[in-house]
Order: sequence, then C-alpha cells, then structure tokens
Amino acid sequence: MSIPIVNYLVLEPQPHLVAQECTACKAKFFGRHNACPKCFGVTFAEFEVPTTGVLKTFTIVHHDAKGVPVPYCAAVLDCGGMTVGGNIIGVDPDPEIITRGMHVQLKTYSLGTDAEGVEAIGFGFEPV
Amino acid sequence: MSENVWILGIHMTPFGKRADLDVLDLAAEAALAALKDAGVTMKDMQVMGYGNLRGGTSGQSLQKQIGQTGIPSFNVSNACATGSTAMRAVIMAIKAGEADMGIAVGVEKLYGAGLLTGNSVGSGPETWTPTGRNGAIKNLDGFIGTSGMAGLFAQIGLAYNDSDPRADFELFARISEKSHSHSTLNPNAAYQNKMSLEQIMNDPMIAYPHTRSMCSANCDGAAASVIVSETKLRTLSLEQQRRAVKISASILASDPWTEASQEFADVSTVTRNAAVAAYEQAGIGPDDLDLVELHDCFAAAELVHYDNLGLCEPGGAIDFFNSGATWRDGRMPVNVSGGLQSKGHPIAATGIANIWEVATHLRGEAGPRQIQGAKAGMAHVIGLGSSCTVHILEKSGL
Ligand SMILES: [Zn+2]
Repeated sequence: MSIPIVNYLVLEPQPHLVAQECTACKAKFFGRHNACPKCFGVTFAEFEVPTTGVLKTFTIVHHDAKGVPVPYCAAVLDCGGMTVGGNIIGVDPDPEIITRGMHVQLKTYSLGTDAEGVEAIGFGFEPV
Repeated sequence: MSENVWILGIHMTPFGKRADLDVLDLAAEAALAALKDAGVTMKDMQVMGYGNLRGGTSGQSLQKQIGQTGIPSFNVSNACATGSTAMRAVIMAIKAGEADMGIAVGVEKLYGAGLLTGNSVGSGPETWTPTGRNGAIKNLDGFIGTSGMAGLFAQIGLAYNDSDPRADFELFARISEKSHSHSTLNPNAAYQNKMSLEQIMNDPMIAYPHTRSMCSANCDGAAASVIVSETKLRTLSLEQQRRAVKISASILASDPWTEASQEFADVSTVTRNAAVAAYEQAGIGPDDLDLVELHDCFAAAELVHYDNLGLCEPGGAIDFFNSGATWRDGRMPVNVSGGLQSKGHPIAATGIANIWEVATHLRGEAGPRQIQGAKAGMAHVIGLGSSCTVHILEKSGL
C-alpha cells in the first residue's frame, strides 16, 4: 500500500501531477477550487502535467521551521507552460550545480511507512 | 469629488528591543505621540484603524488605555501590510465623509521571534491521513518547495527579468550593504551598525542568496498616524497646516489572477497595479518622487520593486541599482531609513512606519538623514498572500 504526499500526485501507471483545468478558459491550478479564479467558471477537467520541465528559479534553504531537514533546494518550474513548485532532488543543493534554465524530470521517493504499513510517496525534480 | 485627506500627526517609536513595554504600551506610545504631534486629542478622533498580528490586541483594548470615547475600530489583518491597511481604512472613512479626523495604529512585539518560516513540522502521524484541499498527508514546507519567507523572496529575486544571470548573490548583498549604510543615520533603527559587503556575504546563509543580514530584522515597534480631511485641516492653526502632509494617493490592492500566482507568490503584478493606480490618483509620476520607502523584507525584494514601482526602465532594475541611483545621494533615494533589514520589521507597524519616514522628510524634520528639499515621496508595503499598499505623499503648500 502506498499513498501520495498530495492528491495531485498520481502514482499509476507512471507518477505524474494532475492539475484542475477550467473548461471555460483553460486556466490551470492544483487542488480543489470552488470556482475558476480567472473567469469564475465552475466546471473543471483534469489536466495531466508534463513530467519534464525547466527550472525557472530556486533557493537553497539552510534554516527552516523545526523538523524540516535542511539544506534543500526549493524550486519553481515550468512544466509545459504550467508553473509547478517542488524540490530539486538527486543532486547536492549547491548553487554551483543548480542553475536557472536547467532541464528537470519528475521523480518520486519514499517518505517512510506509517503504523499500518502504508508507504508515503513524495516527489521532486531531478536534473536530466 | 471626495475629500482630500492629509496626515496631521504621525509617530514611529524607536524599533528594537523594548522589553520593558507590553504591546499596548508600545501602541499607546505611538498613538499618544501622534496625537500630540497633531495637536489634538482622542476627543477629536471619530474613527480608528488598528493592526496587531501577533499580540492578540485590538483597537478597543488600546482605547481602554488611552481614551474610551466609543468610536469604531477597524481591526485589520493583512500580513506585513496590516498597518498601512489600518490607515487605508481611516482614509476611506474620511473620504466617504463619515468622519473628518481619525487615527491609525500598527504595533508588534517580535524581538527574538526567530525566522519568519512556515509552520513547524511535527513528528510523523500514526497513520497517513490526507487533509485539506490538496489532500496533504504532512506539512509540505520543505517537501514541496518552501513556505519560508527568506526562500520565497530569494526565488522571486532570482527570477527577476526572465532570470537575468546578473541578479546574483553579490548584487543582492550590495543592496543590503546600502541598507546597512543608510541605517547608520537613523537613531530609530534597530540595527545602526554599518556592514561591509564581505561581512554581509559571510553572514550565516538563511536561504540562498539571503544571508542573515539580508533578511528583515524582527524587533518591537509601533507607529501611528492622525488623518484629517482637508476641509477640517483648513480650520486648524497655520502651524498645523504647514506641518500637515498631503496624502496624494492611497491604494490597497490584492494579487490578481496570473498563470503562476497560485503556485509561486506574485508580489510583482499587485505592486505594479497599485503603483499605476497611485500615480494616476496623485497626478504625478516616478520622476517627481524625491524618496521612496519600499518593502525590502529581503534584499531580493528591493530589486524587483524598483521595476514594479516604475522607478527604472522596464527590465532595468539591475542597471538602475548599479548606477548608484538608490543610495541616499543618488537621484532616487530608496530606503534611507535603512529599510526592513536594518531599521527592523515589527510586522503590523511597518506599513505606517514607512509612511512616517517619508512624511518626516517632507516636513524637513529628518535630521542628519534628511533628503534636502524633498517635496514628494512614496511608501510601499507588501503583505504576502498577497496584498499591497502604495501611498504617495506631498509636502504641504498651505
Ligand atoms: Zn476559467
């Protein structure tokens, strides 16, 4: 048994992110919405976000709230025209290595297993 | 045509560690001094705007300390723009003709509060349980990006002008070098020590490219302003009229829909919209401004707001800063107070404190840091989430 860190991470058949797309104006966003923030429409379809993207901007967090493992690279990506937030994983969080414009690919990893044996799955982006 | 509105009195307490005072002591210190500066009393006030994010106090609790006259209090909460939003509420009441005089107060005790980060991540749950609109099974800070302010604004700065590679660590550190130099002339600043570029860059890294001295400083402080209608002002003494400061524009805006805004805080569009509206309302442009206090909560924020506020050519903020324009002896002095990184950032007080700084220069009362001959200035604040206030002030011609 496994569970994604958020409901917009879909694990099968291959891990990918799913956004809500307004059927009227095609605006896209993650998570449940009561109405479209752009055109106020109330019908949505699912949009499969490309699993590759380009790094628009980033930071390397060295001090964070209690319990957050540091350092880590938090980034903002462009995945096929949609802005996506996520961490850069699989490389050292080092500004000499992580650069704006770098191409990245969605990857999942285990966040651990709960008392009932369910494994939580997180996601991040690895340089291609 | 609605009423013109003016600042009749205004005060900012010293920012820093005020351990001997509680939140209401600080709020009262600012409010009573602003009333004294205005030459009026609580009896003259018909409306109050009040902001205190973390102390649990209200305008009513302040009134119990300084005067219970029964006037309404708009207790507002708008992140870092709380103080200026409280002031905006008073300005609207006067413009609407419901009052001819009112007071706005912002106060915070934050000394030693630590970093402004997201919520702490507790120990793991017994079982993973999806909660909220995203069905999150844990606090996402640090797992899907960052909720920490230093990191958010780092991302905003590094994205400047389509991720211009010149927007780098050293550039942002040089912006902080300016702030820490300006604050040496400000006796009200929490940190008045000059810092070299090397010291700033070698300070502990909080969120690259922001070191500790490139982040806003948590401290205690309060600011308050007495606002008056122009009709009422003209009945007051010549000295009150001479020291009054005209509020030529008062704008409060929220972030509009943009493609990225729900994933990546957009503080730029809201600032651009507010600035355009403010220039139109004031009938003056950026070239007419003699000084600007803008919301430099982190060094990277200052760079993007040069552009957002129209202080430079579109896309030209890096060249603009490199020209020396924003130093106090430059053609467009920015944050001569030392800004939030050295003057300090007691959140709900900041929005009125920035207005106090500009007003004090326009009155010619800024002492050693006076910008000579200042006739017009702008105060800008961002509340992440995001809201923005822009006020344009002009020297009295009465
Ligand atoms: Zn829509």
